[in-house]
Order: sequence, then C-alpha cells, then structure tokens
Amino acid sequence: MADMKKVATRDSYGNALKELGAEHENLVVLDADLAGATKTGTFKKAFPDRFFDCGIAEANMICMAAGMSTAGLVPFASSFAMFAAGRAFEQVRNSIGYPHLNVKIGATHGGISVGEDGASHQCCEDFALMRSIPGMTVICPADDVEAKAAVKAAYLMNGPVYLRFGRLAVPVFHSEDYKFEIGKGEVLKEGNDVAIIANGLLTYEAILAGEELEKQGIHARVINMATIKPLDEALVLKAAQECGKIITCEEHSIIGGLGEAVCSLLAEKCPTLVRRIGVNDEFGHSGPAVDLLKQFGLSCENIVAVAKELCGK
Amino acid sequence: MTSSEKKQLQITACKVRMGIIESTHSAKAGHPGGSLSATEIFTYLYFKEMHIDPKNPKWEDRDRFVLSKGHTAPGLYATLAHRGYFPVEDLKTLRKIDSYLQGHPNMNMVPGVDMSTGSLGQGISVAVGMALAAKQTGKSNRVYSLLGDGEIQEGQVWEACMAAAHYKLDNLCIVVDNNGLQIDGNIKDVMSPYPIVGKLEAFGFHTLAIDGHDFDAIEDAFNTAKATKGMPTAIVITSIKGKDVSFMENDAGWHGKAPNDAEYEQAMAELNAKLAELEA
Repeated sequence: MADMKKVATRDSYGNALKELGAEHENLVVLDADLAGATKTGTFKKAFPDRFFDCGIAEANMICMAAGMSTAGLVPFASSFAMFAAGRAFEQVRNSIGYPHLNVKIGATHGGISVGEDGASHQCCEDFALMRSIPGMTVICPADDVEAKAAVKAAYLMNGPVYLRFGRLAVPVFHSEDYKFEIGKGEVLKEGNDVAIIANGLLTYEAILAGEELEKQGIHARVINMATIKPLDEALVLKAAQECGKIITCEEHSIIGGLGEAVCSLLAEKCPTLVRRIGVNDEFGHSGPAVDLLKQFGLSCENIVAVAKELCGK
Repeated sequence: MTSSEKKQLQITACKVRMGIIESTHSAKAGHPGGSLSATEIFTYLYFKEMHIDPKNPKWEDRDRFVLSKGHTAPGLYATLAHRGYFPVEDLKTLRKIDSYLQGHPNMNMVPGVDMSTGSLGQGISVAVGMALAAKQTGKSNRVYSLLGDGEIQEGQVWEACMAAAHYKLDNLCIVVDNNGLQIDGNIKDVMSPYPIVGKLEAFGFHTLAIDGHDFDAIEDAFNTAKATKGMPTAIVITSIKGKDVSFMENDAGWHGKAPNDAEYEQAMAELNAKLAELEA
C-alpha cells in the first residue's frame, strides 16, 4: 500500500474541468484569485475564454455565477471551502439555493489538512452550512477517481451542487472503471460487527482500519459515503440493522456533517449506537497536514481504537 | 418621444402606483415608499425600453431586469401585471399565504421575474453575471438592474461594480434610486453613500444623473446608455420616496408600512384625481 499513487482531489477537480470543458461549450469557470491553488488554473490554461477571475470578492462571484446560469451556462464557482461556503453562505443560500439555479460550487482546501495556514483557512463547517440549504446536493469525494466522476456527475445533473475537495495528496484506491452515482454510498468491505461510514480522505483511513480490525477478529463493514446530501438512507439503515453499531468519519466538525446526518436518520428510523469521528467542536491550528490529522484523531489508528471500544474489545 | 406617448406612460405610471397602493393595502404590509419612487423607471423599462414578450416570459433573447432592491416588489408586480404578465386582480394577493406574489420576487413563481432577489447587494452581481453571459454567448440582449441608495451601503455592490467595469459590460445598465431615505432615516444620517455619482464614476461606470420622474430625461439616459460602448452605465435618479401620495412623500416611515383603510382611500382618491387629469 505504501507505493500507492497519491493525488490531491483539488488536482482531480482541475483536470476534470479541463476534460469536461473540451466536451461542453457551456461550461464556464469562475475563481476568486485562487486559480493556482484550487487548480481551476488547469481549465484556465486550456480555455482562457471561458474562465472568469472575479478577484478577491467571493460574494460577487457566487451571485455572478447565479446570473450566468440563468443564461444557460453551467458555471463552476471556486474558492477555498472557507470562503465559498463560509464567507459567501448567504449568497449561496439566496441567489443559488432559493431559486435552485444550476450552479456548481467547487470548494477546495476543506478540513484541517489545509495544514500550515492554520485555523483561519481550515474549514470544518462547510458540510453543515451547505446541507442546511434546501435542494443543495453536497459531495465530498474520497480520491482522484471519485472526484473526477463527481465533477462530471455534478455537471450532468440540473441543480445546485457543492463539491468539497482537499489540498493533501491522498491514495487513489478506486479503479478507473468505478461507477459513481450521486446519492449512493459504496460498500468497500463487508462485515457485520460494526459499520464504518466515511467520506473524503477519511475513507482510505477507514479501509486501512477495516483491514487492521479484521486481523484482530472484528469484521467491520466499510462504507464510502461521498454524497452527504441526499444521504443514501437505505444503505445506512441496512448497515445499522445488520451491524448494530456505526462509526462515522469525516474531516469536518462532528456538528452538522456526515455524522449528524447519519445520527438524525438513525434516531428516527433505527436507533443505533453511533460514534462520530471528526473535529470535536474546536478550531484547527498550523502544522503539517499528516501530523494534524493524527493529532485530531482523523486516522486509521483512532478508527480502530473507537471500533474496539464500541465492540467491547 | 411624442407628447401622446409621454402622456400614455404617465397614465400607465399612475395605474402602477394604484397597483402598489392596492397590493400593499390588501397585504397590510410591504414597501410602498421605494416602489413609488421608482415607478417611472419600472414603467419606462417595461413599456418602452426592454425587448420582452409578456406571452413568452422565458424568451431566451429577451432583455433582463434584476430588481436588486427586491423589497420594492409591489412596484415590479404592478408593472408586470399592467404589462400583461398576469392579471391585475392578482395584485391583491400580495404576501398572502399560498400566493405566488411573495414579499420579495421569486423567479420560479412569478411570470416576468428574471431573478429571485430580496437580500440587498446580490441582485447587481447577478445582473453582472447575466450581462457577462450574454457577451459570452454572443447575444445582443441588455441587462438592467435597479438598486436603492441605501442598498449601495452593501460592500458587495462595489465588488459587482468593479467586475462590471473590468469586463467592460456595456450591455449592463444599473439605476440607483436616490430617494434619500432608508428604513432608519435619511441615508446621510444612517451611513452616507455620497457622493454616489462620483463613486460610480471612479468604479468605471459611465454615469448619468437625472430626475427620476421625468420620462424625457429617462428616455435620454437609457438611449445614452445603449450608445455607450466599452463600459457599463449607471443612471442615478433623484426621486421622491412615496411619490404622488401626498402623505407618503419624503417620509422614511413609509419605507415598509402599508396604508390602513383611511389612508388607502385618500391615496386612491389622490391617484384617481391625477389619472383623471392625465386622461382629460
């Protein structure tokens, strides 16, 4: 596993935009002075006439994208998650969500794996903000293959989509023939002792945890849940009924994200013991991404520890 | 324009004002003041300026209008109704439960509304996006947006202005309704946005200052805007909040308050007298 290919999903985003841009004339990209970091620069280089830099003005960018969509263009508006979902929340809510316009928000640098920039740029609240908007689809892909597929699926669906990508290069575990579908989770490993439901870079950690737990005699089911909204309720309920115990893992606050979406569903339809692994209602801080992830318990080791505790071992 | 054309616009404007009074009275809420100050602008845009088709509200090549000061929906609705987008009688359903005439415009519910607005500062950015999209797709349609003078206190307005000038959007024309009043009082006292013309010029707009109730001046300004190339145009209108309803004129208290029954009767009597005078 050590020699697995690693790609940051922000790179996947830029590459997917370039590929899609070649096929679809109506795809346009907006950025707020971060094209180099969000990787929309990849699209800009290929299609300079369809790339619009809005300067450091995210609120205006989001509403411009809304206006462009009313004329039949399909805009992907990009910035860091902190600014796309955070600073421009009310613009997304009122000018994209309320009229249900066909705008895609490509937010990179989600979570604490932003690393050295520290808490001001480590957005762990975007799932919560975007999930709360009626009609908004929220996706956080786990690796390069899924990220590219998610960008294409977002383009093809009519309606607003929030896509979250990461800065850190992460292992590519999906094969190229993987079929991604919005709103569908993916069972990566079967097992009935406990179900681990993860997204983003935590999915690969969950895969590793599943393997380690197997060695220790715990048969964990590992589920990749890239779409946080609409949640694949059937898959979650099935896991709850068959495994009896659930662990959610996300690079996001334990408030308002995947963990809370799963808990809300289970509380109403199938009360089940749940442990949420995420950022525990605190801000991040500066440091190398890999060290931060370990420090905050967003790691295979912590998933294993929580699973063992939950299984009474 | 000919004098009969002008008279016809004045008559229409008077009927639009009646629609504003009818709807806000029926709703027992809403924003008459800023609807009445912008009535000539609404009327000129929908009855003279814009290329539109009320029978085909989603016509792809139509001109667009974004009501950035979305709270003046009563003015837009009354104009759309008189232009034939929906029945004038429906104005009385304003703000009522299950009516399509929401307190602020909803593009998916009201025929003729090009963008859902209400949160100040966002409409102009949407209009910038529409104008940029028209350029991008090789369309010749124009985009108009109406802003309040209090609204331009929102920082996003200036982000949008920067973008409009940067992308040389000469197909965009914004109108700032300088009636001088906002909810909390005189805009000078609340948070002065002056000099408005100077600021817009500095942000790269071709800027015109006119009397917002003079149809000749309005026509000249929109024609100048159309002839202006390489930059967007801003028309700053000096207007009277509550125009043509004596007790509402220049009173910030009528920003977001509906007339009661007695006030309704008086307002309608004044407007009916004005209409009779125009039609005489």
